Amino acid sequence: MQTASEPLIKARGLTKKFGSFVAVDAIDFDVHRGEAFGFLGPNGAGKTSTMKMIGCASPVTAGEMSVAGMSPRTHASQIKARIGVVPQLDNLDAELTVRQNLEIYARFFDISKHEARKRADELLDFVQLTEKAEAEVESLSGGMRRRLTIARALINEPDLILLDEPTTGLDPQARHLLWERLYRLKQKGVTLVITTHYMDEAEQLCDRLVVMDKAKIVTEGTPRQLIDSSVSKEVLELRLSDAQTASLDGLLEEASERIEKLPDRFLLYTEDGEKSLAFLHSRGVETLSALVRRSTLEDVFLQVTGRTLVE
Amino acid sequence: MRANRVFYRNARVYARTWRSGVFFSFFQPLLFLSAIGFGVGKLIGADAPGGRGYLAFLAPALLAAACMQTATFESTYPLLGKIQWRRTYEAILATPISVKDLFAGEIRWLAMRMLMVGGTFAAVMLLLGVGRTPWMAASLFAAILTGLVFATAISAFTARSKTGSEFNWLFRFVITPMFLFSGTFFPIDRLPEYLQPVAILTPLYHGVILARGFATETLTAYESVPHFAYLLLVFGAAYWLALRGFTKRLAS
Repeated sequence: MQTASEPLIKARGLTKKFGSFVAVDAIDFDVHRGEAFGFLGPNGAGKTSTMKMIGCASPVTAGEMSVAGMSPRTHASQIKARIGVVPQLDNLDAELTVRQNLEIYARFFDISKHEARKRADELLDFVQLTEKAEAEVESLSGGMRRRLTIARALINEPDLILLDEPTTGLDPQARHLLWERLYRLKQKGVTLVITTHYMDEAEQLCDRLVVMDKAKIVTEGTPRQLIDSSVSKEVLELRLSDAQTASLDGLLEEASERIEKLPDRFLLYTEDGEKSLAFLHSRGVETLSALVRRSTLEDVFLQVTGRTLVE
Repeated sequence: MRANRVFYRNARVYARTWRSGVFFSFFQPLLFLSAIGFGVGKLIGADAPGGRGYLAFLAPALLAAACMQTATFESTYPLLGKIQWRRTYEAILATPISVKDLFAGEIRWLAMRMLMVGGTFAAVMLLLGVGRTPWMAASLFAAILTGLVFATAISAFTARSKTGSEFNWLFRFVITPMFLFSGTFFPIDRLPEYLQPVAILTPLYHGVILARGFATETLTAYESVPHFAYLLLVFGAAYWLALRGFTKRLAS
Protein backbone atom coordinates (compact mmCIF):
# COMPACT_ATOMS: atom_id res chain seq x y z
CA MET A 1 0.00 0.00 0.00
CA GLN A 2 1.06 3.52 -0.66
CA THR A 3 1.36 6.49 1.61
CA ALA A 4 -0.91 9.53 1.44
CA SER A 5 1.76 11.81 0.03
CA GLU A 6 2.63 9.51 -2.83
CA PRO A 7 0.89 10.34 -6.13
CA LEU A 8 -2.16 8.21 -6.94
CA ILE A 9 -0.84 7.80 -10.47
CA LYS A 10 2.82 8.06 -11.27
CA ALA A 11 4.12 7.65 -14.82
CA ARG A 12 7.74 7.76 -15.96
CA GLY A 13 8.71 7.30 -19.56
CA LEU A 14 5.25 5.86 -20.22
CA THR A 15 5.12 4.61 -23.80
CA LYS A 16 2.51 2.96 -26.00
CA LYS A 17 3.29 1.57 -29.42
CA PHE A 18 1.04 -0.19 -31.91
CA GLY A 19 3.53 -1.90 -34.19
CA SER A 20 5.83 0.88 -35.34
CA PHE A 21 3.28 3.61 -34.56
CA VAL A 22 4.07 5.51 -31.36
CA ALA A 23 0.80 6.58 -29.71
CA VAL A 24 2.36 7.75 -26.42
CA ASP A 25 6.01 8.73 -26.42
CA ALA A 26 7.77 8.43 -23.05
CA ILE A 27 5.62 10.83 -21.03
CA ASP A 28 6.03 11.66 -17.32
CA PHE A 29 3.23 12.83 -15.06
CA ASP A 30 1.89 12.57 -11.51
CA VAL A 31 -1.76 12.70 -10.48
CA HIS A 32 -2.34 13.47 -6.82
CA ARG A 33 -5.11 12.19 -4.63
CA GLY A 34 -8.28 14.28 -4.75
CA GLU A 35 -7.33 16.46 -7.69
CA ALA A 36 -8.97 16.81 -11.08
CA PHE A 37 -6.30 16.25 -13.70
CA GLY A 38 -6.82 16.98 -17.37
CA PHE A 39 -5.31 15.69 -20.60
CA LEU A 40 -5.82 18.20 -23.39
CA GLY A 41 -4.94 17.75 -26.99
CA PRO A 42 -6.16 17.36 -30.53
CA ASN A 43 -7.46 14.03 -31.85
CA GLY A 44 -4.69 11.48 -32.10
CA ALA A 45 -2.45 13.19 -29.54
CA GLY A 46 -2.35 10.05 -27.35
CA LYS A 47 -4.87 11.02 -24.65
CA THR A 48 -7.11 7.97 -25.01
CA SER A 49 -4.15 5.58 -25.21
CA THR A 50 -2.84 7.06 -21.97
CA MET A 51 -6.24 6.65 -20.31
CA LYS A 52 -6.46 3.04 -21.46
CA MET A 53 -3.08 2.27 -19.94
CA ILE A 54 -4.12 3.80 -16.63
CA GLY A 55 -7.34 1.76 -16.71
CA CYS A 56 -5.40 -1.46 -17.45
CA ALA A 57 -7.36 -1.89 -20.69
CA SER A 58 -4.22 -1.66 -22.77
CA PRO A 59 -0.77 -2.98 -21.77
CA VAL A 60 2.08 -0.53 -21.21
CA THR A 61 4.66 -0.95 -23.99
CA ALA A 62 7.56 0.63 -22.10
CA GLY A 63 8.30 2.82 -19.12
CA GLU A 64 6.92 2.68 -15.60
CA MET A 65 3.53 3.41 -14.16
CA SER A 66 1.95 2.87 -10.79
CA VAL A 67 -1.72 3.33 -9.97
CA ALA A 68 -2.56 3.41 -6.25
CA GLY A 69 0.92 2.00 -5.66
CA MET A 70 0.39 -1.00 -7.93
CA SER A 71 1.67 -1.88 -11.38
CA PRO A 72 -0.86 -2.52 -14.17
CA ARG A 73 1.45 -5.29 -15.40
CA THR A 74 0.99 -7.39 -12.29
CA HIS A 75 -2.12 -6.10 -10.48
CA ALA A 76 -4.61 -5.24 -13.23
CA SER A 77 -7.65 -6.70 -11.45
CA GLN A 78 -6.79 -5.02 -8.14
CA ILE A 79 -6.30 -1.66 -9.86
CA LYS A 80 -9.50 -2.00 -11.88
CA ALA A 81 -11.39 -2.74 -8.66
CA ARG A 82 -10.64 0.82 -7.51
CA ILE A 83 -11.26 2.68 -10.75
CA GLY A 84 -14.43 3.87 -12.46
CA VAL A 85 -14.28 4.31 -16.22
CA VAL A 86 -16.40 6.61 -18.39
CA PRO A 87 -15.33 5.80 -21.95
CA GLN A 88 -15.47 8.12 -24.93
CA LEU A 89 -18.18 6.07 -26.66
CA ASP A 90 -21.07 4.65 -24.69
CA ASN A 91 -20.78 0.99 -23.87
CA LEU A 92 -23.86 0.54 -21.73
CA ASP A 93 -25.37 -2.92 -21.85
CA ALA A 94 -28.23 -2.49 -24.33
CA GLU A 95 -29.56 -5.94 -23.48
CA LEU A 96 -30.36 -4.85 -19.91
CA THR A 97 -32.53 -2.20 -18.26
CA VAL A 98 -31.17 0.99 -16.71
CA ARG A 99 -31.25 -0.49 -13.21
CA GLN A 100 -29.75 -3.79 -14.32
CA ASN A 101 -26.90 -1.89 -15.93
CA LEU A 102 -25.90 -0.87 -12.43
CA GLU A 103 -26.83 -3.97 -10.43
CA ILE A 104 -25.34 -6.55 -12.77
CA TYR A 105 -22.25 -4.40 -13.31
CA ALA A 106 -21.82 -4.34 -9.53
CA ARG A 107 -21.56 -8.14 -9.55
CA PHE A 108 -18.39 -7.88 -11.65
CA PHE A 109 -16.85 -6.15 -8.61
CA ASP A 110 -18.06 -8.92 -6.27
CA ILE A 111 -20.53 -6.53 -4.64
CA SER A 112 -23.36 -8.46 -2.97
CA LYS A 113 -26.81 -8.36 -4.56
CA HIS A 114 -28.26 -6.56 -1.58
CA GLU A 115 -25.54 -3.91 -1.56
CA ALA A 116 -25.77 -3.58 -5.36
CA ARG A 117 -29.48 -2.80 -5.12
CA LYS A 118 -28.86 -0.17 -2.44
CA ARG A 119 -26.06 1.51 -4.40
CA ALA A 120 -28.08 1.41 -7.61
CA ASP A 121 -30.91 3.30 -5.87
CA GLU A 122 -28.52 5.93 -4.54
CA LEU A 123 -26.72 6.37 -7.83
CA LEU A 124 -29.90 6.59 -9.89
CA ASP A 125 -30.91 9.38 -7.58
CA PHE A 126 -27.49 11.04 -7.83
CA VAL A 127 -27.67 11.18 -11.63
CA GLN A 128 -31.41 11.95 -11.67
CA LEU A 129 -32.50 8.78 -13.43
CA THR A 130 -34.71 7.25 -10.73
CA GLU A 131 -37.78 7.55 -12.94
CA LYS A 132 -36.01 5.75 -15.76
CA ALA A 133 -34.88 2.82 -13.60
CA GLU A 134 -36.91 0.19 -15.45
CA ALA A 135 -36.47 1.73 -18.91
CA GLU A 136 -34.52 0.21 -21.76
CA VAL A 137 -31.12 1.80 -22.33
CA GLU A 138 -32.06 2.35 -25.98
CA SER A 139 -34.80 4.77 -24.93
CA LEU A 140 -32.44 7.18 -23.12
CA SER A 141 -31.25 10.49 -24.55
CA GLY A 142 -27.54 11.15 -25.05
CA GLY A 143 -27.30 13.12 -21.79
CA MET A 144 -29.11 10.40 -19.84
CA ARG A 145 -26.84 7.71 -21.26
CA ARG A 146 -23.79 9.69 -20.15
CA ARG A 147 -25.23 10.10 -16.67
CA LEU A 148 -25.99 6.40 -16.47
CA THR A 149 -22.42 5.68 -17.59
CA ILE A 150 -21.16 7.92 -14.80
CA ALA A 151 -23.43 6.21 -12.26
CA ARG A 152 -22.08 2.86 -13.45
CA ALA A 153 -18.51 4.11 -13.05
CA LEU A 154 -19.35 4.93 -9.40
CA ILE A 155 -20.87 1.55 -8.49
CA ASN A 156 -17.62 0.28 -6.92
CA GLU A 157 -17.09 3.53 -4.97
CA PRO A 158 -13.84 4.19 -6.84
CA ASP A 159 -10.87 6.27 -5.65
CA LEU A 160 -10.24 7.32 -9.22
CA ILE A 161 -12.55 8.04 -12.15
CA LEU A 162 -11.27 8.11 -15.71
CA LEU A 163 -13.42 10.27 -17.96
CA ASP A 164 -12.60 10.22 -21.68
CA GLU A 165 -14.26 13.23 -23.29
CA PRO A 166 -17.22 13.09 -20.93
CA THR A 167 -19.34 15.79 -22.52
CA THR A 168 -18.59 15.40 -26.22
CA GLY A 169 -21.87 15.51 -28.15
CA LEU A 170 -24.04 16.74 -25.28
CA ASP A 171 -26.26 19.80 -25.33
CA PRO A 172 -25.37 22.73 -23.01
CA GLN A 173 -27.87 21.81 -20.29
CA ALA A 174 -26.67 18.23 -20.17
CA ARG A 175 -23.04 19.41 -20.01
CA HIS A 176 -23.70 21.74 -17.11
CA LEU A 177 -25.57 19.07 -15.17
CA LEU A 178 -22.68 16.68 -15.73
CA TRP A 179 -20.07 19.23 -14.66
CA GLU A 180 -22.02 19.90 -11.50
CA ARG A 181 -22.13 16.17 -10.64
CA LEU A 182 -18.42 15.82 -11.35
CA TYR A 183 -17.71 18.82 -9.16
CA ARG A 184 -19.64 17.18 -6.32
CA LEU A 185 -17.62 14.01 -6.70
CA LYS A 186 -14.44 16.04 -6.52
CA GLN A 187 -15.72 17.67 -3.33
CA LYS A 188 -16.10 14.18 -1.88
CA GLY A 189 -12.40 13.55 -2.52
CA VAL A 190 -12.65 11.39 -5.63
CA THR A 191 -9.71 11.84 -8.00
CA LEU A 192 -10.76 12.68 -11.55
CA VAL A 193 -8.68 12.21 -14.68
CA ILE A 194 -10.33 13.85 -17.68
CA THR A 195 -9.50 14.10 -21.33
CA THR A 196 -11.20 16.82 -23.25
CA HIS A 197 -11.33 18.88 -26.40
CA TYR A 198 -13.16 21.66 -24.67
CA MET A 199 -11.21 24.47 -23.08
CA ASP A 200 -14.17 25.66 -21.01
CA GLU A 201 -14.51 22.14 -19.62
CA ALA A 202 -10.84 22.03 -18.70
CA GLU A 203 -11.02 25.46 -17.04
CA GLN A 204 -14.19 24.50 -15.15
CA LEU A 205 -13.07 21.11 -13.91
CA CYS A 206 -9.32 20.71 -13.88
CA ASP A 207 -7.00 21.71 -11.06
CA ARG A 208 -4.04 20.79 -13.17
CA LEU A 209 -3.62 19.75 -16.74
CA VAL A 210 -1.15 18.72 -19.38
CA VAL A 211 -1.39 19.50 -23.07
CA MET A 212 -0.49 16.59 -25.33
CA ASP A 213 0.48 16.86 -28.96
CA LYS A 214 1.94 14.19 -31.23
CA ALA A 215 2.25 11.61 -28.42
CA LYS A 216 4.17 13.96 -26.09
CA ILE A 217 3.34 16.32 -23.25
CA VAL A 218 4.08 19.83 -24.49
CA THR A 219 3.17 21.86 -21.42
CA GLU A 220 1.65 21.46 -17.97
CA GLY A 221 0.35 23.46 -15.01
CA THR A 222 -2.85 24.88 -13.55
CA PRO A 223 -5.18 26.53 -16.09
CA ARG A 224 -4.23 29.96 -14.70
CA GLN A 225 -0.49 29.25 -14.76
CA LEU A 226 -0.69 28.09 -18.34
CA ILE A 227 -2.56 31.18 -19.42
CA ASP A 228 -0.29 33.57 -17.51
CA SER A 229 2.94 32.00 -18.64
CA SER A 230 2.13 31.22 -22.26
CA VAL A 231 0.01 34.08 -23.53
CA SER A 232 -0.63 37.77 -22.91
CA LYS A 233 -3.50 38.93 -20.73
CA GLU A 234 -5.95 39.91 -23.43
CA VAL A 235 -6.87 38.97 -26.95
CA LEU A 236 -8.25 41.27 -29.61
CA GLU A 237 -10.23 39.32 -32.19
CA LEU A 238 -10.52 41.14 -35.50
CA ARG A 239 -12.40 40.50 -38.70
CA LEU A 240 -11.22 42.55 -41.63
CA SER A 241 -12.26 42.92 -45.26
CA ASP A 242 -9.90 41.39 -47.82
CA ALA A 243 -8.99 44.87 -49.10
CA GLN A 244 -8.15 46.02 -45.59
CA THR A 245 -6.14 42.84 -44.92
CA ALA A 246 -4.09 43.50 -48.07
CA SER A 247 -3.18 47.04 -46.99
CA LEU A 248 -2.26 46.47 -43.33
CA ASP A 249 1.45 46.94 -43.87
CA GLY A 250 2.63 45.65 -40.50
CA LEU A 251 0.10 47.59 -38.41
CA LEU A 252 -1.18 44.50 -36.58
CA GLU A 253 2.35 43.58 -35.52
CA GLU A 254 2.84 47.07 -34.24
CA ALA A 255 -0.38 46.88 -32.20
CA SER A 256 0.30 43.56 -30.43
CA GLU A 257 2.86 41.16 -29.01
CA ARG A 258 1.91 38.23 -31.22
CA ILE A 259 -0.57 37.48 -33.98
CA GLU A 260 -2.42 34.29 -34.78
CA LYS A 261 -4.02 34.22 -38.21
CA LEU A 262 -7.09 31.98 -38.37
CA PRO A 263 -9.04 31.33 -41.56
CA ASP A 264 -11.72 33.91 -40.73
CA ARG A 265 -10.07 36.29 -38.30
CA PHE A 266 -6.92 37.57 -36.58
CA LEU A 267 -6.12 37.04 -32.92
CA LEU A 268 -3.93 39.80 -31.49
CA TYR A 269 -2.28 38.96 -28.17
CA THR A 270 -1.82 42.09 -26.13
CA GLU A 271 -1.78 43.42 -22.56
CA ASP A 272 -4.58 45.88 -23.28
CA GLY A 273 -7.02 45.00 -26.05
CA GLU A 274 -8.89 48.33 -26.07
CA LYS A 275 -5.66 50.24 -26.42
CA SER A 276 -4.54 48.09 -29.34
CA LEU A 277 -7.90 48.56 -31.01
CA ALA A 278 -7.77 52.34 -30.49
CA PHE A 279 -4.29 52.35 -32.03
CA LEU A 280 -5.53 50.51 -35.12
CA HIS A 281 -8.52 52.81 -35.50
CA SER A 282 -6.27 55.87 -35.17
CA ARG A 283 -4.22 54.51 -38.10
CA GLY A 284 -7.34 54.25 -40.23
CA VAL A 285 -7.87 50.46 -40.03
CA GLU A 286 -11.52 49.63 -40.67
CA THR A 287 -12.72 46.55 -38.83
CA LEU A 288 -15.76 44.44 -39.78
CA SER A 289 -15.91 43.36 -36.16
CA ALA A 290 -13.66 43.66 -33.13
CA LEU A 291 -13.86 41.86 -29.81
CA VAL A 292 -11.65 42.22 -26.75
CA ARG A 293 -11.59 39.26 -24.38
CA ARG A 294 -9.43 37.66 -21.72
CA SER A 295 -6.97 35.01 -22.83
CA THR A 296 -8.19 31.46 -22.36
CA LEU A 297 -6.78 27.97 -22.49
CA GLU A 298 -7.79 27.86 -26.12
CA ASP A 299 -5.16 30.52 -26.79
CA VAL A 300 -2.58 28.55 -24.83
CA PHE A 301 -3.47 25.60 -26.94
CA LEU A 302 -3.02 27.51 -30.19
CA GLN A 303 0.30 28.75 -28.95
CA VAL A 304 1.78 25.43 -27.85
CA THR A 305 0.46 23.14 -30.56
CA GLY A 306 0.21 25.66 -33.36
CA ARG A 307 -3.28 24.60 -34.35
CA THR A 308 -6.92 24.82 -33.44
CA LEU A 309 -8.41 22.15 -31.24
CA VAL A 310 -11.16 20.56 -33.27
CA GLU A 311 -9.66 19.57 -36.56
CA MET B 1 -14.73 -17.50 -9.55
CA ARG B 2 -15.06 -14.37 -11.67
CA ALA B 3 -16.14 -16.20 -14.85
CA ASN B 4 -19.43 -16.91 -13.08
CA ARG B 5 -20.17 -13.17 -13.05
CA VAL B 6 -20.11 -13.17 -16.84
CA PHE B 7 -22.31 -16.26 -16.84
CA TYR B 8 -24.69 -14.44 -14.50
CA ARG B 9 -24.89 -11.41 -16.78
CA ASN B 10 -25.80 -13.64 -19.73
CA ALA B 11 -28.36 -15.52 -17.67
CA ARG B 12 -30.03 -12.23 -16.71
CA VAL B 13 -30.11 -11.12 -20.34
CA TYR B 14 -31.60 -14.50 -21.29
CA ALA B 15 -34.18 -14.25 -18.51
CA ARG B 16 -35.58 -11.19 -20.27
CA THR B 17 -36.03 -12.85 -23.66
CA TRP B 18 -36.35 -16.62 -23.21
CA ARG B 19 -40.12 -16.74 -23.73
CA SER B 20 -39.81 -15.96 -27.41
CA GLY B 21 -37.47 -18.89 -28.04
CA VAL B 22 -38.71 -21.68 -25.81
CA PHE B 23 -41.82 -22.53 -27.86
CA PHE B 24 -39.72 -22.72 -30.98
CA SER B 25 -37.04 -24.92 -29.45
CA PHE B 26 -39.63 -27.51 -28.40
CA PHE B 27 -42.05 -27.56 -31.34
CA GLN B 28 -39.45 -27.31 -34.05
CA PRO B 29 -37.81 -30.65 -33.15
CA LEU B 30 -41.19 -32.19 -32.35
CA LEU B 31 -42.57 -31.36 -35.80
CA PHE B 32 -39.36 -32.22 -37.57
CA LEU B 33 -38.77 -35.55 -35.86
CA SER B 34 -42.44 -36.54 -36.23
CA ALA B 35 -42.27 -35.90 -39.94
CA ILE B 36 -39.09 -37.96 -40.20
CA GLY B 37 -40.39 -40.75 -38.01
CA PHE B 38 -43.86 -41.09 -39.50
CA GLY B 39 -43.10 -39.96 -43.03
CA VAL B 40 -39.55 -40.34 -44.33
CA GLY B 41 -38.82 -43.19 -41.92
CA LYS B 42 -41.71 -45.21 -43.33
CA LEU B 43 -40.44 -44.69 -46.87
CA ILE B 44 -36.98 -45.92 -45.99
CA GLY B 45 -38.35 -48.67 -43.79
CA ALA B 46 -36.07 -51.57 -42.91
CA ASP B 47 -33.31 -50.29 -45.23
CA ALA B 48 -32.42 -47.60 -42.67
CA PRO B 49 -28.76 -47.77 -41.57
CA GLY B 50 -28.22 -49.23 -38.10
CA GLY B 51 -31.30 -51.43 -38.39
CA ARG B 52 -33.44 -49.50 -35.86
CA GLY B 53 -35.39 -47.33 -38.21
CA TYR B 54 -34.45 -44.04 -39.78
CA LEU B 55 -35.71 -41.91 -36.89
CA ALA B 56 -33.33 -43.62 -34.46
CA PHE B 57 -30.52 -43.11 -36.98
CA LEU B 58 -31.23 -39.47 -37.70
CA ALA B 59 -32.54 -37.98 -34.43
CA PRO B 60 -29.31 -38.28 -32.34
CA ALA B 61 -27.34 -36.80 -35.25
CA LEU B 62 -29.72 -33.86 -35.32
CA LEU B 63 -29.26 -33.50 -31.57
CA ALA B 64 -25.52 -33.02 -32.10
CA ALA B 65 -26.23 -30.72 -35.05
CA ALA B 66 -28.68 -28.64 -32.96
CA CYS B 67 -25.92 -27.99 -30.43
CA MET B 68 -23.54 -27.13 -33.25
CA GLN B 69 -26.03 -24.67 -34.72
CA THR B 70 -26.78 -23.01 -31.39
CA ALA B 71 -23.08 -22.63 -30.67
CA THR B 72 -22.37 -21.37 -34.18
CA PHE B 73 -25.09 -18.77 -34.15
CA GLU B 74 -24.26 -17.48 -30.66
CA SER B 75 -20.56 -17.23 -31.50
CA THR B 76 -21.02 -15.11 -34.61
CA TYR B 77 -23.24 -12.00 -34.70
CA PRO B 78 -24.09 -11.75 -30.98
CA LEU B 79 -20.42 -12.21 -30.07
CA LEU B 80 -19.15 -9.65 -32.57
CA GLY B 81 -21.84 -7.31 -31.25
CA LYS B 82 -20.42 -7.58 -27.76
CA ILE B 83 -16.85 -7.16 -29.04
CA GLN B 84 -17.41 -4.34 -31.47
CA TRP B 85 -20.83 -2.89 -32.12
CA ARG B 86 -22.08 -2.57 -28.56
CA ARG B 87 -18.68 -2.86 -26.88
CA THR B 88 -20.19 -4.78 -23.98
CA TYR B 89 -16.87 -6.50 -23.38
CA GLU B 90 -15.01 -3.19 -23.16
CA ALA B 91 -17.30 -2.28 -20.25
CA ILE B 92 -16.90 -5.66 -18.56
CA LEU B 93 -13.11 -5.59 -18.92
CA ALA B 94 -12.99 -2.23 -17.10
CA THR B 95 -13.96 -4.20 -13.97
CA PRO B 96 -11.76 -6.79 -12.20
CA ILE B 97 -12.85 -9.33 -14.84
CA SER B 98 -9.93 -10.41 -17.06
CA VAL B 99 -10.09 -11.61 -20.66
CA LYS B 100 -9.65 -15.18 -19.39
CA ASP B 101 -12.56 -14.81 -16.96
CA LEU B 102 -14.66 -13.26 -19.71
CA PHE B 103 -14.10 -16.03 -22.22
CA ALA B 104 -14.51 -18.80 -19.64
CA GLY B 105 -17.83 -17.24 -18.59
CA GLU B 106 -19.05 -17.03 -22.17
CA ILE B 107 -18.16 -20.67 -22.87
CA ARG B 108 -19.87 -21.81 -19.68
CA TRP B 109 -22.96 -19.90 -20.63
CA LEU B 110 -22.95 -21.44 -24.11
CA ALA B 111 -22.70 -24.89 -22.52
CA MET B 112 -25.78 -23.98 -20.51
CA ARG B 113 -27.63 -22.83 -23.63
CA MET B 114 -26.79 -26.09 -25.35
CA LEU B 115 -27.96 -28.00 -22.31
CA MET B 116 -31.31 -26.22 -22.68
CA VAL B 117 -31.62 -26.60 -26.45
CA GLY B 118 -30.18 -30.13 -26.53
CA GLY B 119 -32.10 -31.14 -23.39
CA THR B 120 -35.38 -30.11 -25.01
CA PHE B 121 -34.40 -31.96 -28.16
CA ALA B 122 -33.51 -35.10 -26.20
CA ALA B 123 -36.83 -34.89 -24.34
CA VAL B 124 -38.66 -34.87 -27.67
CA MET B 125 -36.65 -37.91 -28.76
CA LEU B 126 -37.64 -39.79 -25.62
CA LEU B 127 -41.22 -38.71 -26.21
CA LEU B 128 -41.09 -40.24 -29.69
CA GLY B 129 -39.61 -43.45 -28.33
CA VAL B 130 -36.01 -42.94 -29.47
CA GLY B 131 -33.53 -44.07 -26.83
CA ARG B 132 -33.66 -44.65 -23.07
CA THR B 133 -33.00 -42.10 -20.34
CA PRO B 134 -29.50 -42.86 -18.97
CA TRP B 135 -28.08 -43.44 -22.44
CA MET B 136 -29.78 -40.35 -23.74
CA ALA B 137 -27.90 -38.32 -21.11
CA ALA B 138 -24.61 -39.64 -22.51
CA SER B 139 -25.81 -38.77 -25.99
CA LEU B 140 -26.67 -35.24 -24.85
CA PHE B 141 -23.27 -34.88 -23.20
CA ALA B 142 -21.54 -35.81 -26.47
CA ALA B 143 -23.74 -33.34 -28.34
CA ILE B 144 -22.84 -30.52 -25.94
CA LEU B 145 -19.14 -31.29 -26.24
CA THR B 146 -19.53 -31.12 -30.02
CA GLY B 147 -21.24 -27.75 -29.62
CA LEU B 148 -18.39 -26.49 -27.42
CA VAL B 149 -15.87 -27.33 -30.12
CA PHE B 150 -17.82 -25.09 -32.50
CA ALA B 151 -18.33 -22.40 -29.85
CA THR B 152 -14.58 -22.06 -29.28
CA ALA B 153 -13.52 -22.48 -32.91
CA ILE B 154 -16.01 -19.93 -34.20
CA SER B 155 -15.24 -17.53 -31.33
CA ALA B 156 -11.61 -17.70 -32.47
CA PHE B 157 -12.80 -16.83 -35.98
CA THR B 158 -15.10 -14.03 -34.78
CA ALA B 159 -12.38 -12.48 -32.62
CA ARG B 160 -10.47 -11.90 -35.85
CA SER B 161 -13.44 -10.71 -37.89
CA LYS B 162 -13.69 -6.98 -38.62
CA THR B 163 -17.19 -6.57 -40.00
CA GLY B 164 -18.99 -9.91 -39.76
CA SER B 165 -19.31 -10.13 -43.55
CA GLU B 166 -17.35 -13.40 -43.37
CA PHE B 167 -20.14 -15.09 -41.43
CA ASN B 168 -22.31 -15.72 -44.48
CA TRP B 169 -19.38 -17.40 -46.11
CA LEU B 170 -18.85 -19.48 -42.97
CA PHE B 171 -22.50 -20.61 -42.83
CA ARG B 172 -22.72 -21.43 -46.53
CA PHE B 173 -19.44 -23.12 -47.18
CA VAL B 174 -18.54 -24.65 -43.81
CA ILE B 175 -21.50 -25.16 -41.50
CA THR B 176 -24.20 -26.18 -43.98
CA PRO B 177 -22.05 -28.70 -45.92
CA MET B 178 -20.85 -30.11 -42.60
CA PHE B 179 -24.44 -30.45 -41.44
CA LEU B 180 -25.38 -32.34 -44.61
CA PHE B 181 -22.33 -34.52 -45.21
CA SER B 182 -20.80 -35.47 -41.83
CA GLY B 183 -22.74 -38.68 -41.44
CA THR B 184 -25.84 -36.93 -40.15
CA PHE B 185 -28.41 -37.93 -42.79
CA PHE B 186 -26.55 -40.93 -44.23
CA PRO B 187 -23.39 -42.88 -43.35
CA ILE B 188 -20.24 -41.36 -44.79
CA ASP B 189 -19.42 -44.56 -46.72
CA ARG B 190 -21.99 -43.32 -49.25
CA LEU B 191 -19.75 -40.33 -49.97
CA PRO B 192 -17.23 -40.51 -52.84
CA GLU B 193 -14.11 -42.16 -51.48
CA TYR B 194 -11.94 -39.02 -51.72
CA LEU B 195 -14.42 -37.05 -49.60
CA GLN B 196 -14.61 -39.54 -46.76
CA PRO B 197 -11.35 -38.41 -45.05
CA VAL B 198 -12.63 -34.83 -45.18
CA ALA B 199 -15.84 -35.86 -43.41
CA ILE B 200 -13.81 -37.73 -40.79
CA LEU B 201 -11.85 -34.57 -40.01
CA THR B 202 -14.97 -32.60 -39.13
CA PRO B 203 -15.83 -32.40 -35.42
CA LEU B 204 -19.49 -32.96 -36.24
CA TYR B 205 -18.74 -36.43 -37.64
CA HIS B 206 -17.29 -37.52 -34.27
CA GLY B 207 -20.11 -35.86 -32.35
CA VAL B 208 -22.65 -37.68 -34.49
CA ILE B 209 -20.94 -41.07 -34.01
CA LEU B 210 -20.99 -40.54 -30.24
CA ALA B 211 -24.51 -39.10 -29.94
CA ARG B 212 -25.95 -41.82 -32.18
CA GLY B 213 -23.89 -44.57 -30.64
CA PHE B 214 -25.10 -43.74 -27.14
CA ALA B 215 -28.74 -43.06 -28.05
CA THR B 216 -29.03 -46.36 -29.91
CA GLU B 217 -26.80 -48.18 -27.39
CA THR B 218 -24.53 -49.43 -30.15
CA LEU B 219 -21.24 -47.88 -29.07
CA THR B 220 -19.04 -49.26 -26.29
CA ALA B 221 -17.14 -47.01 -23.91
CA TYR B 222 -13.89 -48.28 -25.45
CA GLU B 223 -15.03 -47.42 -28.96
CA SER B 224 -16.01 -43.90 -27.88
CA VAL B 225 -12.51 -42.97 -26.64
CA PRO B 226 -10.88 -41.86 -29.93
CA HIS B 227 -13.92 -39.77 -30.82
CA PHE B 228 -13.93 -38.03 -27.43
CA ALA B 229 -10.17 -37.58 -27.66
CA TYR B 230 -10.47 -35.91 -31.07
CA LEU B 231 -13.21 -33.54 -29.89
CA LEU B 232 -11.27 -32.61 -26.74
CA LEU B 233 -8.12 -31.99 -28.75
CA VAL B 234 -9.87 -29.62 -31.16
CA PHE B 235 -11.68 -27.96 -28.25
CA GLY B 236 -8.39 -27.31 -26.44
CA ALA B 237 -6.67 -25.91 -29.52
CA ALA B 238 -9.66 -23.73 -30.43
CA TYR B 239 -9.96 -22.44 -26.86
CA TRP B 240 -6.33 -21.35 -26.92
CA LEU B 241 -6.74 -19.67 -30.32
CA ALA B 242 -9.92 -17.90 -29.21
CA LEU B 243 -8.28 -16.61 -26.04
CA ARG B 244 -5.36 -15.27 -28.05
CA GLY B 245 -7.75 -13.60 -30.47
CA PHE B 246 -9.78 -12.07 -27.64
CA THR B 247 -6.67 -10.73 -25.92
CA LYS B 248 -5.37 -9.17 -29.11
CA ARG B 249 -8.74 -7.66 -29.96
CA LEU B 250 -9.83 -6.46 -26.53
CA ALA B 251 -6.64 -5.78 -24.58
CA SER B 252 -3.92 -4.46 -26.88
